[in-house]
Amino acid sequence: MSNTTSSPEHTAGPPHIVGYGTFIKVWLALVTLTAILVGLSASHVPNLAVLGLLVITPTKASLVLFYFMHLKYESAALKYMVAIALAVLVIFVGLTFTDFLFR
Amino acid sequence: MSAEAEAGVHTGPHRDYVGAKLGMWIFIFTELILFGGLFVAYGMYRAMHAHDFHHAAGELNVPLGVTNTFVLLTSSLTMVLSIVAIRLQRKRQSMIFLASTIVLGCTFLVNKFFEWRAKIGHGLYPGSEHLMARPPGERLFFGLYYGMTGLHGLHVTVGVVLLSVMFALLRRDKIRHDDFVKLENAGLYWHLVDVIWIFLLPLFYLAA
Repeated sequence: MSNTTSSPEHTAGPPHIVGYGTFIKVWLALVTLTAILVGLSASHVPNLAVLGLLVITPTKASLVLFYFMHLKYESAALKYMVAIALAVLVIFVGLTFTDFLFR
Repeated sequence: MSAEAEAGVHTGPHRDYVGAKLGMWIFIFTELILFGGLFVAYGMYRAMHAHDFHHAAGELNVPLGVTNTFVLLTSSLTMVLSIVAIRLQRKRQSMIFLASTIVLGCTFLVNKFFEWRAKIGHGLYPGSEHLMARPPGERLFFGLYYGMTGLHGLHVTVGVVLLSVMFALLRRDKIRHDDFVKLENAGLYWHLVDVIWIFLLPLFYLAA
């Protein structure tokens, strides 16, 4: 079971194949992070629970996005597009909360 | 002879790998904004009714929510392994991984069914007498809970149907090691569903 098998550079074709091993490691990381998240929230320490929400959850989402959704191996153009879409979302959230906080 | 061939233009089956992937990603952006809006609504109402949200979240079934998280995370793994397998020309393995993803997706929905049934059995559903007698923040919490996990569940259902179609295509060799973008795009959709659940877990189940 090889980890990565590279193919010649494509300009418009599918990127190289990432092996089973990488994805199994990512899955293990996701399961571990979920266990930590649940542990932090069960600790009933408010700051730790918030830390879990603000740090662990986006980390898990990024792992899925970059590895499972293959973004890490996509072109720079696609990465920028995803970044712009997320930036739009952050602007929406930011503006709504600024409105709420300073009303 | 077709007009294209006469004109000396590229003929044969037209495939545009990059275009197909790009199209799927643009669709995913619309989904991000759709759920993003709901998350903003959740955030605002939680900021306005912090105590009620905290109290209402305590009534959700945490073990079931966490179990479903593991189910979805594992289904995402089998999904991605199915794509690797077909690219390595291991059709049988790919079919087994894809079938596992479908079974795990159904498991998620069955768990969800029991969870909702228990809540509805306790009189906790939008507009119920029991719920309407509660503080406004708790009514909002359960409204968002049913709305957001419901819309997510709908996406899981669509995903299961989509993956079943992919399974049929894989079986009939319409998805092959050199033409697998359909499976990859269906996988992108499935992972999106997983990403959304990753945010739903701490916001609803672990919010108490």
